[in-house]
Amino acid sequence: MATDTGRIQGRDAPVKEPPTRPAPTRGPLGRTSPVPHRDFVEKVAGTLPYADDWGFPGILHGVVVRARVPCARIVSIDVSAAREVQGVRAVLTAADIPHNAISEEASGLGIEQTVQPVLAGERIRYDGEPVACIAAETMVAAVEAAGLVDVEYEDEEGVFTIDEALAEGAPNVHPGGNNYVTYNSEIGDVDAAMERADHIIEATYQTPRVDHAYLEPESGVGWVDSDGVVTLRVSTQVIEHARALAEILELPHSRVRVIAAYMGGGFGGKEDMTVEPYLAALVWKTRRPVRMVWERQESLLARQKRHPFRMHYRTGVRDDGTIVAQDIKILGDAGAYPLLSSRVLFAGGVNSTGPYRCLDARMQSTAVFTNTVPASAFRGFGAMQVVFGYESQMDLIAERLGLTGEQVRERNFVARGDIRVTGEPIEMECGTRECMHRALEELGELSQPTSGGKVGRGFACSMQPYGRSMFFADRASAWVGLEQDGTMVIRAGVTDLGAGQAASLANIAGEILGVTVDRTSVHIGDSHLTPLTGGTFATRQLYMSGNALQKVATLLRDKLAPVASDLLGCDASELEWANNLVGVAGDRARSVTMAELSRTAEAREVMPYCHDTFTAQAGEFDPETGQGQTYPDYTHGCHAADVEVNERTGEVKILKYVAVHDVGRAIDLQRVEGQIQGAAAQGIGYALSEEMETEGGVLHSTLFANYLIPTSLDLPDLRAIGLELYLGKGPFGARGIGEPPIGPCGPALASAIHDAIGVRMLRLPMIPERVLAAIRTGRDDSVPGPGKEGV
Amino acid sequence: MTATRGHLISVTINGRPAEFAVTPNLSLLELLRTDGGSPEVKLGCGEGVCGTCTVLLNGEPINSCLVWAVQADGGEITTVRGLAADGELHELQNAFLDHAGSQCGFCTPGMLLTVKWYLDRHPTADREELRHAIAGNLCRCTGYTKILDAIEAYRDLRLTENDGD
Repeated sequence: MATDTGRIQGRDAPVKEPPTRPAPTRGPLGRTSPVPHRDFVEKVAGTLPYADDWGFPGILHGVVVRARVPCARIVSIDVSAAREVQGVRAVLTAADIPHNAISEEASGLGIEQTVQPVLAGERIRYDGEPVACIAAETMVAAVEAAGLVDVEYEDEEGVFTIDEALAEGAPNVHPGGNNYVTYNSEIGDVDAAMERADHIIEATYQTPRVDHAYLEPESGVGWVDSDGVVTLRVSTQVIEHARALAEILELPHSRVRVIAAYMGGGFGGKEDMTVEPYLAALVWKTRRPVRMVWERQESLLARQKRHPFRMHYRTGVRDDGTIVAQDIKILGDAGAYPLLSSRVLFAGGVNSTGPYRCLDARMQSTAVFTNTVPASAFRGFGAMQVVFGYESQMDLIAERLGLTGEQVRERNFVARGDIRVTGEPIEMECGTRECMHRALEELGELSQPTSGGKVGRGFACSMQPYGRSMFFADRASAWVGLEQDGTMVIRAGVTDLGAGQAASLANIAGEILGVTVDRTSVHIGDSHLTPLTGGTFATRQLYMSGNALQKVATLLRDKLAPVASDLLGCDASELEWANNLVGVAGDRARSVTMAELSRTAEAREVMPYCHDTFTAQAGEFDPETGQGQTYPDYTHGCHAADVEVNERTGEVKILKYVAVHDVGRAIDLQRVEGQIQGAAAQGIGYALSEEMETEGGVLHSTLFANYLIPTSLDLPDLRAIGLELYLGKGPFGARGIGEPPIGPCGPALASAIHDAIGVRMLRLPMIPERVLAAIRTGRDDSVPGPGKEGV
Repeated sequence: MTATRGHLISVTINGRPAEFAVTPNLSLLELLRTDGGSPEVKLGCGEGVCGTCTVLLNGEPINSCLVWAVQADGGEITTVRGLAADGELHELQNAFLDHAGSQCGFCTPGMLLTVKWYLDRHPTADREELRHAIAGNLCRCTGYTKILDAIEAYRDLRLTENDGD
């Protein structure tokens, strides 16, 4: 098998077993795991092979050549000098790509496609867009050739902000115009309800363009396998891209295979393809193995970002704080190509009212094309930007009415059965209130200043979906079997971001079949060899593949139960599956090993494996009316913080931070806490320091030295609490936790800053300059732009 | 590999002596990841900011992306694989496992080496000092809380063991 010929690069690389350790750790669901899953052991040992830790003798080095103009017509591309560089094996331009289009109908709602070329051949629409790719015997030769690719550009007038893009007579990024997609949803009679309101609270909020900044760059290797299959081993969240790659190469789907290595972080940034189409094209052209690793600078420059949102909220309330009307308009900067913008703005729009009841509500969300780096998936996916909008509104309401933030929220929290702006009822229990109480209680006494600044306290709640939109009718398949020695094998096309996706599969199947994690092998992420589960995104993987594993493991247990009960002379209902044994409950003397059970079953032609598919609850949504079913369920939470604001510098220091979420049922509580803390850290960076500023389409932050993700000194200890309040729709009642904890950070800190200095920040990030300006003027920070109805 | 022809250098990598012919513009990181047979040393940013490529050179932590291979001539290099002895994880590595101090694992090799170096010199460092010690090693997954929990657990274990001596 070709994967066996791949080796960790370098002739000295010793291929040996990673160190192991016997000491027990906390098990999943409280019991079945005596050891951590293998990937975590290999990670601390340094022996886990990531996408770039893999190679072949004679592998070529691939690079992408990028345009450094934001908006231009390509007059000519001359690659003759580049091709002559010694050691260069391929220089590809648009004309060399069989089907030069990254095409996916991303919305699921039939939104018209706008084609994104793999390599630009006619127009450049953003700074950093790929125009050529090169493979050479050495990196030195590849880089030299890249410098010799001669492209003549004719600059064109571009649109670099949402306002420029929507201005009358603005040049179009694509022929269909700069308004890529608009969603409208409305229930009740908003205008009449607004008339009846005692107060109308209105504000505009802005959130930044940010980068995922995972530490592992986009990377991978590719080769043509012995059976003629173009095979890529890459850092990706989605192995199903194999199909899109096959279409780009005009090969049958069965001739392109994608293997996902354990990722050094993804956060949505490896949900769209990164190196894949360039690697695949170079491999196919040269029939040689090729490696490609993007530099950090090109990753920051040209890989997709989080959508900047501008959100206008108009909320009608009664004197007692009850919300009677919501009118919300959202504009999101999609950048130069659609990618997943249609889904992100959908998620932003339908989640824009938050965990608050309102029967007269209207929302409009629009994705706008600009000549800037494309925006796409990033942890929270539209549903996190709007938390800053709806939670800041709750604080403004409280302030106007002289109530506390808790009182206003208490009056308006949604409950099971309440109708959302899409006309659908909330199906599951909602624990936002309990999370709020717990977070505030956990914070305790107000912190003392540490360096003479002003201390303030704030909090924010959220309700964010897990699982894909229901109109996708999502599916995930899995395979589980027992070897003759009683060890367990799991096969599922899951990709592992580092959050323990593979470990969870072992935990779930182990819980049902009683096989421990150290006796389990989990095979993940191979589009040809593992049953497809769909990618790891949308906080869907535990929900989807977890349910698939629960289903196949239960089927296998039911299949083996008659054999076990026959061996043990008991009724199937008396069987207990634990610690690699099947025994009679309450009678320790009577048990058989999994090995004996497996061998006996096979001898009786009861094959000890199962393969099946879990299908999520499906729903329908009408994009015309904006009504229908959106998400299967939500994860609720509340973050609360004490901050200290330095009035001379505008710096914000977090003194205490608590994040509480209802996780339904924790598969592994320690890993749940890790997800909450990691998301909170990323959300705090979003709130206080991270921003990719552009000017005339040129991005200023293309170094880690000036794109500031939090260091250990920028964060306090993050107190994470995973409550098990109300069961969700995941395996054993788990709720997804990957994305939801990133939402409340911005508004919680804005609220705390307001409490400290009396002015409110309406823009993220709340960098010292902006905070200082607000302190000096004594006025709320405001959002530049048209305001009011124009958002 | 053609990129490594040129100056002859001698180094030890995790106690094992080796000689390489390197060009003057080859970074120590690239050497370690290729002919050095140490892919456990990771490239994060290539500009000396993230600390992902940290190794110990003559006992001191360095960003191997910013050090030329020729500068390491005669030096002793320790990578994360030099921490585990005879197939047994180092107690610091065990502490990271117990406390989930590693998620995606990409920053872990560099982080472990920085911590090992610092605690060897400051065995009683408190949590705030440890927070400063790891400020040059970025982590995007954990928020650092569980990393600090792990480091403190290892520190306490060492202090207890030394008390028993």
